[in-house]
Amino acid sequence: MEDLLAARLQMAVSLGFHIIFACIGIAMPFLMAIAEYRWIKTGQQVYQDLAKAWSKGVAIFFATGAVSGTVLSFELGMLWPTFMEHAGPIFGMPFSWEGTAFFVEAIALGLFLYGWDKLRPWVHWWTGIVVGVSGVASGIFVVAANAWMNSPAGFDWVNGQAINIDPVAAMFNDAWFSQALHMTLAAFVATGFAVAGLHALLLLKNRKNLFHRKALKIALVVGGLAAILQPISGDYAAKGVAERQPAKLAAMEALFETSQPASLTIGGIPDVENREVDYDIEIPYLLSFLAHGDFNAKVTGLDQIPRKDWPPVLITHIAFQIMVGAGLLMMGVGGLYFYFLWRKKETIRKRWFLWLVGACMPLGFIAVEAGWTVTEVGRQPWIIYGIMKTKDALSPMPGLQYSFYMITGLYLLLSAIVVWLMYRQIITLSGRYASANTTED
Amino acid sequence: MLTNIVIFFLALSIVFYVLFAGADFGAGVLEYITGRRHRQVVADAIGPVWEANHVWLVLVVVILFMGFPSIYSAMSLYLHIPLLLMLVGIIFRGTAFTFMHYDAIKDQSSRVYDAVFKISSIITPLFLGMIVGAAMLGRINPEAESFSEAFISPWLNLFSLSVGLFCLVLFTFLAAVYMIGETDEEPERKAFIRAGKQLNMAAVVVGGGVFIAAEWNGLPLLALFGESPVSLGSLVVTTLLLPVLWISLQHSWVLWSRLLAGAQVVLILFAWFWVQHPVVINMGASDPPLTVYSAAAPPATMLQLVIALIVGAAIILPFLYYLMKTFKAGQFKQG
Repeated sequence: MEDLLAARLQMAVSLGFHIIFACIGIAMPFLMAIAEYRWIKTGQQVYQDLAKAWSKGVAIFFATGAVSGTVLSFELGMLWPTFMEHAGPIFGMPFSWEGTAFFVEAIALGLFLYGWDKLRPWVHWWTGIVVGVSGVASGIFVVAANAWMNSPAGFDWVNGQAINIDPVAAMFNDAWFSQALHMTLAAFVATGFAVAGLHALLLLKNRKNLFHRKALKIALVVGGLAAILQPISGDYAAKGVAERQPAKLAAMEALFETSQPASLTIGGIPDVENREVDYDIEIPYLLSFLAHGDFNAKVTGLDQIPRKDWPPVLITHIAFQIMVGAGLLMMGVGGLYFYFLWRKKETIRKRWFLWLVGACMPLGFIAVEAGWTVTEVGRQPWIIYGIMKTKDALSPMPGLQYSFYMITGLYLLLSAIVVWLMYRQIITLSGRYASANTTED
Repeated sequence: MLTNIVIFFLALSIVFYVLFAGADFGAGVLEYITGRRHRQVVADAIGPVWEANHVWLVLVVVILFMGFPSIYSAMSLYLHIPLLLMLVGIIFRGTAFTFMHYDAIKDQSSRVYDAVFKISSIITPLFLGMIVGAAMLGRINPEAESFSEAFISPWLNLFSLSVGLFCLVLFTFLAAVYMIGETDEEPERKAFIRAGKQLNMAAVVVGGGVFIAAEWNGLPLLALFGESPVSLGSLVVTTLLLPVLWISLQHSWVLWSRLLAGAQVVLILFAWFWVQHPVVINMGASDPPLTVYSAAAPPATMLQLVIALIVGAAIILPFLYYLMKTFKAGQFKQG
């Protein structure tokens, strides 16, 4: 295997693995906080049981995320030393704040997980909130650093060296807000639907189970709300990409020819050789509107980009379709739930609805992985957009594929163990919590 | 000035990582010495705190790549292999420990977690020490012609191995002394005291071995210490503290023993910092060493780093104190 490919795959595996745990670390504390809040307010034991049961899962996910995040902080240098040598002083600032946020998160998590009997209820509840808030902050800082790679700012690039470095301008680059907003919402969508889906499937066995009903409601409210808001942030993010990274947008849309007005391509398989898309559906004018807010706007196609600077079109386009499709499905399910809630109909008692939510269980994380693929693959061949090519940042060490095999094997193993541990958590629920055996009408 | 503040925080982060996270790794190694029956007390001691302790390492990395980018990239390029192995240890230790605690069903699997936890508790300190040794020894060579000369021999040598071993013994020694205060059972406490004394002796022996290995590999470590009165003084004070620590251990004075053991380790780290300063990586052949000054990022970056570190410390330290007070306060009283 070529070293460049091995390094990129190792990065993809490491980020793709870590992002799941990071999302759960961001969103779960809030689900637990809602449950614990209800417990303190109403005194119903089911809510404390729920918060405790969830916290066991969170502990497993958080530990895995903490170590995989640490691995990433080293991997950036181990695989891309040239990139880090130049970029470190420029985009290091969000990481320096992320250090504090991660620290606070780890301390608060220790208090939350081990403090059920040592802290007063409200103090304990607050430690959970601190875990969540610092988790969100960590995510925002890391995404701000990634946004800088898409939208470099805060330096002048002269003869292959960065001068006039301004770390504040680098951190608050043009893409940071839209990317951070989109990613944070995505964490809530993905986690909310994964949790809701899990409890929906468990409810199918016994639709009157009190524990799973409460769990489903909390998770679906959070995930559904985020899913309904997400398209707004997505539209905002896409308009930014259209402006700053026309090559990425053209790859996302598989737009080979610059068009005015431009049609939106839905689905299809891009044929890069012949510069056309097969089996797609085209909606006239829509891409112009989505990209620039004007039905007659010109949208830059790949023909305006030198061939050697094209991102991989097939992967970027398909990943984008998957993300949007999964996102719209979840938005629909979320909308359905709120509609029935408003009409005072108990959808969560219906078998078909539980199946529907259960089917959505993996969708959020599929969308997260696909969206991350869009932003990372869509930036290629650049590691710093327009400044440094990925191949020029690569470590000169031969045999990088062995690092890749090792990390991939390790993460596959860990994924399997985490799934197995979750299974063991679930099958023992009714033995550990009385409310998991309680039914309500 | 800005650079010196950053250096201070870098040193502080390393010291805290060794004092706290080092002891967490040591606790895993300690199980080999005191046996399986003490596993629960070890697990209870590190459970609430290990993740917070681990973050000091992340801080070290962030300070390096933001503040001293050429040091970070040189280390991660030439020491790729030991770093990867250290990371494998970090991954397995953290996950095995957490999985052991949070597996809803206690069966044979706990033996597997325990075995992985113990082995990975050895791997990480060993390779961490080897990385430190490699940075000191000066065999990192950008002009290297072969794979082994560039990526193996800088860290796979007697000196780096001896530093790795010293690191391992030191972490385990810290763990043994800290553990004395974590148990109410007298026989258990006795077992930790015995282990603490044995590891203390082992640290002296292996520490001496580091000097011999240095000479063997052509690093005049003795002479370097001879030229640095501060470093030499630190080592002398550490040695003078030995009998005091033994008396304290003999009487099971928890707080005093912890402070003395911590002080010894801090003095050793201080001696190392001082003898190295300002060099971080000695380069082989004709290349100049990478120093904290030659590698320092531009002032605008250092300023932001200093702000983040000071504000961060103001948030983290009180919160960390609260964590320790919540979970460790009961034990301090016994001292």
